[in-house]
Amino acid sequence: MSILDKHGVIERNASYLLIGSLIVVCIGGIVEVAPLFYFQNTIEKVEGMRPYTPLELAGRDIYIREGCYGCHSQMIRPFRDEVERYGHYSLAAESMYDHSFQWGSKRTGPDLARVGGRYSNEWQVQHLNDPRSVVPESIMPSYAFLGTASLDYSNIASNLQANAYVGVPYSPEMIAAAQADLLAQATPDADTADVAARYPKAVFGDFDGDSRHVTEMDALVAYLQMLGTLVDFDTYDAKANFR
Amino acid sequence: MAGLAVDNPFRLHMSLLAFILGAAAVYAMRGTGTRVVESPDSYMDGPIRIGTIMIVFWGVIGFTVGLTAAMQLAFPQLNFGPWLNFGRIRPLHTSAVIFAFGGTALMTTSFYVVQRTTRARLFGGDLVWFAFWGYQLFIVMAATGYLLGITQSREYAEPEWYVDIWLTIVWVAYFVVFMGTLLKRKEPHIYVANWFYLAFIVTVALLHIVNNLAVPVSFAGSKSYSLFSGVQDALTQWWYGHNAVGFFLTAGFLGMMYYFLPKQANRPVYSYRLSIIHFWALIFLYIWAGPHHLHYTALPDWAQTLGMVFSIMLWMPSWGGMINGLMTLRGAWDKMRTDPIIRMMVLAVAFYGMSTFEGPVMSIKSVNALSHYTDWTIGHVHSGALGWVGMISFGAVYFMVPRLWNRERLYSLRMVNWHFWLATLGIVVYAAVMWVSGIMQGLMWREYDSEGFLVYSFAESVAALHPYYVMRAAGGALYLAGGLVMAFNVAMTIAGKVRDEKPMPVAAQLQPAQ
Repeated sequence: MSILDKHGVIERNASYLLIGSLIVVCIGGIVEVAPLFYFQNTIEKVEGMRPYTPLELAGRDIYIREGCYGCHSQMIRPFRDEVERYGHYSLAAESMYDHSFQWGSKRTGPDLARVGGRYSNEWQVQHLNDPRSVVPESIMPSYAFLGTASLDYSNIASNLQANAYVGVPYSPEMIAAAQADLLAQATPDADTADVAARYPKAVFGDFDGDSRHVTEMDALVAYLQMLGTLVDFDTYDAKANFR
Repeated sequence: MAGLAVDNPFRLHMSLLAFILGAAAVYAMRGTGTRVVESPDSYMDGPIRIGTIMIVFWGVIGFTVGLTAAMQLAFPQLNFGPWLNFGRIRPLHTSAVIFAFGGTALMTTSFYVVQRTTRARLFGGDLVWFAFWGYQLFIVMAATGYLLGITQSREYAEPEWYVDIWLTIVWVAYFVVFMGTLLKRKEPHIYVANWFYLAFIVTVALLHIVNNLAVPVSFAGSKSYSLFSGVQDALTQWWYGHNAVGFFLTAGFLGMMYYFLPKQANRPVYSYRLSIIHFWALIFLYIWAGPHHLHYTALPDWAQTLGMVFSIMLWMPSWGGMINGLMTLRGAWDKMRTDPIIRMMVLAVAFYGMSTFEGPVMSIKSVNALSHYTDWTIGHVHSGALGWVGMISFGAVYFMVPRLWNRERLYSLRMVNWHFWLATLGIVVYAAVMWVSGIMQGLMWREYDSEGFLVYSFAESVAALHPYYVMRAAGGALYLAGGLVMAFNVAMTIAGKVRDEKPMPVAAQLQPAQ
């Protein structure tokens, strides 16, 4: 028991105890967490991924604000039932521009990783206004207040800029045009060629059916409608990315 | 700050804080001059007295918000948006219980324990008050922020950048107080409870700083974006999230157990060697276990497997703590019958053992495939939080209150007994209901018929859970009722009242066989 006897030294010196504890707790983190930042294969490159449009980003911020992640995951696991229910299992690359990630930990409601395009805009708005009018069993709160709240997009360029600081490839051009792009995406019949060129596969239109102003509902529905739609799984070669 | 704000939530939050701080300042000014001057040689118990009251207060608040959330899941009409929707109530509940109730309990008891085991007054003078009130302000900032929709969306680390910076400053002050007291101790040996408290303080600082690295959009706005994204962000968050459990809710509360259980039982800790081995093993292994929250996700497989293996190994040092706690009662088991406080502490350790066994089981990938995303996880957390964290804290409160206010005994020991049974029944109902609903939910999602089609829609699984959600709320209500009994008992004890009651039955003196 000689080692245990020597432990008395640590028990009589608070600094040794402090340093010892710190070293011991750092080992696991360094061996396990740190490599993910250096290994190239943590995230394989996948065609189709692009940063969020300004409107989608604003919608995503509302999704976070309302705590949607508490009940909805955005991470489909590679099981038969999940793939049949929700679609292709989630790839690491699909959340590469997510600061923070929205994988979630609980499914009080269904997974939303590929909810984009599954329902019409009208369905989404109706469901957010009064969930039980379209899904009687639902226990989701009503989000009707989003439809009356004008979207505050005065800071949207700064939001893109902050994302650029942490590594999302927003070009200076995208940041400069952020407000115009946001309005163009939510306004029917707007000139959207520039936005579409900057953000391929972006969906346009009046999402909430109220063309008088851009609401928080517009932004949230725009975000929901693009979830999981960027990668084309008809051309995605899973075997090439096998790790 | 409010005037310069660039976004509306930040403006509201800052105005609210200005009002709260203003009110607190007015209150503090009125109190000047009436402060009792303590002798500089005695223990500094002022913050501990207020802390003990705050433990009870935050406990009742946390349980009430929890019951609200449970009722919202059972009856969705109870959501009142935007401020009181489930999405904002849920982080309020988790933070109120973990950081307000649990955190205040840890800080308060660590101040109590470190003085009495080092025979030294707390180091730092007014710095102690800064750490204490600074932490309470952090709680208020975090809680009001959630209701306004200010969140980073990182579970158990929801507060935004400016609240995080404030907590970092407060935590450094807390560390200086604790470490300073250890350094000026009059006892040559550092008691085992303090090892756990120290490991908790240091590791939580490390976790908090790394997990909250973010770039604010504006220094006059509430919004920030995490420095990391996707996979790396997920692992950083769950490295934090799991160790919030490991170091906040386990190591810290083990420190509490190592002082209050032997004191209440009047017995020395069972094994000194076991405490050494399980301390180092516990803090070494815990840090690795985070990836078990990300099984079968896009996290690389090797990290998932590593997380699983270490989670299973973690079972052993966890049970080391349980065995050391339970065996401390060797030769004093009769106190279980006569002393409801001991009974509470023993139940806490038993729940600690139960949930640290359940945890490794759930970290096995094939079990996790079923349990992940379901209510099983919620049940697991609550058997740990209500059973272990709650019960050991109640035990510590009941131990400290008569001593801090120089009362002969608690107002009523029979009420402690009531609290014990209400809380125990509440936990058992809660955990059992969540096992059933969680496993049922997992099985419904993956059920196929003979033709190869999924049997249930998601909505059908939601409908099937309704009766369980009602029962779960009933379990929570029992636990809250126990908390209210405690609040009354503690208030009456502080007021100096003693309830006229029949003493708890004393064990019959058994006659040795002739």
